[in-house]
Amino acid sequence: MNDVFSGSVGLVQPQTFQCSDPLPLKSGAVLPAFSLVYETYGTLNADASNAVLVCHALSGNHHVAGYYDANNREETTGWWDNLIGPGKPLDTNHFFVVGVNNLGGCYGSSGPNTVNPKTGKLYGADFPVLTVEDWVDAQSRLADHLGVQCWAAVVGGSLGGMQAMQWTLTFPDRLRHAIVIASAPKLTAQNIAFNEVARQAILTDPDFYGGHYYEQGVVPARGLKLARMLGHITYLSDDQMAEKFGRSLKDGALKYSYDTDFQIESYLRYQGEKFSGYFDANTYLLTTKALDYFDPAAQTGGSLDAALAKAKADFLVVAFTTDWRFSPERSREIMTALVHNGRRVSYAEIDSVHGHDSFLLDDAQYHAVLRTYFEEVVL
Amino acid sequence: MNAKSNKPVRLDLTTLRADLDAIAGWIAPGERVLDLGCGDGTLLRRLMDEKQVIGYGIEKDPACVLECIRSGVNVIQVNLERGLAGFENGAFDHVIMSLSLQMIQNTVGLLNELLRVGHEAVVSFPNFGYYTHRQAILKGRMPVSESLPYQWFDTPNVRFFTIADFEALCAEQDIVIHEIIALDNGVRVHEDINFLGDTAICRLGRA
Repeated sequence: MNDVFSGSVGLVQPQTFQCSDPLPLKSGAVLPAFSLVYETYGTLNADASNAVLVCHALSGNHHVAGYYDANNREETTGWWDNLIGPGKPLDTNHFFVVGVNNLGGCYGSSGPNTVNPKTGKLYGADFPVLTVEDWVDAQSRLADHLGVQCWAAVVGGSLGGMQAMQWTLTFPDRLRHAIVIASAPKLTAQNIAFNEVARQAILTDPDFYGGHYYEQGVVPARGLKLARMLGHITYLSDDQMAEKFGRSLKDGALKYSYDTDFQIESYLRYQGEKFSGYFDANTYLLTTKALDYFDPAAQTGGSLDAALAKAKADFLVVAFTTDWRFSPERSREIMTALVHNGRRVSYAEIDSVHGHDSFLLDDAQYHAVLRTYFEEVVL
Repeated sequence: MNAKSNKPVRLDLTTLRADLDAIAGWIAPGERVLDLGCGDGTLLRRLMDEKQVIGYGIEKDPACVLECIRSGVNVIQVNLERGLAGFENGAFDHVIMSLSLQMIQNTVGLLNELLRVGHEAVVSFPNFGYYTHRQAILKGRMPVSESLPYQWFDTPNVRFFTIADFEALCAEQDIVIHEIIALDNGVRVHEDINFLGDTAICRLGRA
């Protein structure tokens, strides 16, 4: 299975974990049963001490590394394949890596686009609203199923970093290291505001039908496209956009119409359309809510120091200089709270022009930090 | 704290080791220690091993950050010119600044930050008043020595001061110098330290 020469884990297949034990949710609702789609790479060692959980962000999924189709690797490669594989920074020759599609996702795990056993119809808007805590609870059931009592590390970027942080609070004894990248201890008002505009784009799309659009045979593609276009702007830095697109024109001349004049317009439209073709609008709504709700300090009177007092894991916190959606200041809040608790923590602030998207890219210093941490500290 | 990001500053080992020896002598077992400009983490690693301290290093150089992670030293990559915003008052027993105060623009601001987040600070710096430095100036050239190993055109140092200058600043800022150790080529000197010492190591606090 290992494609040693290319550093890829090679051809992979998703698996499904069915959990028939009810899952109580933070909202008060209970999921009587659920399923999670996941992938694994590498081999779990005899004492199950080398397992690393990868948590995904807003639009990610369980397909983290490797590919589905050898004849179409470009289109079917996992979203964090540059990080994970034999000889890569998260080296599958040493680690057993698990990628999971979160509850409420749209890639096969129980979610709005799966069948509600009570009604026999797709859940749609009836799927309960979830929180980061709920995701972590569901992931812990998968850990039980895989025989992993204690993760060597839980790693994630953005919303994935929030899950890594939540693991240290809900299950302090079930992970040794939390690697929190381009994340935040809570969203700022500005950040929630972006999410709300994205949600309004979906909710007011005439094809949304209150979340039950599946039954109508349509999808709120316009809303989802707008949501993605807005999100995309916030994932890039001003400088990078200027460098990549500037004011260059799509067809060489201004059109004096509302057609696409500038390259950036064309790019955003393309990204939005592509996204609305494969992602589920209800999952987008639900996931942005989970982002908005995350605030571990809310339970300790607003003190992040007090909230993180429960954590026992060692932390690596990483931020990127041009990331304004999840700015280095937010990561430094996590770092200082951990220092105030006397926890082991390192904080790397990576010089990058690529904004929030940097966490998905192959930057030499960023990957060197992760490689060194995995090889010298986690292993 | 290195001004040139790709070139870790290394003083000669005798001075460095003597400096670290003196600093380590003031740190009690189990303390919380913050080392500003921790370089590759040598001092913190030693304090972790010998004194079981809970230690954190601040370092902006990417190569040094990797070295710290490699040796299991907690490292925080921020620029000291921004101060220590975010850290609570009194979060550390000792805040250490070994041979890098002279590389910081905001000297007074940083000294006050040191004594805000730390109960005490330990600061070491090259002494511009050392006799060979004075001789060089008398001959009309800027001093180059083991404690000031740079040419004027490539030095990362931005502040040039003597032990006497530092004492005057501390008095003005209500900073108490609890102890001061001066070294000459790694050997302690006891008399006329502003003339005979190439390096000074001070334990600072508030009155």
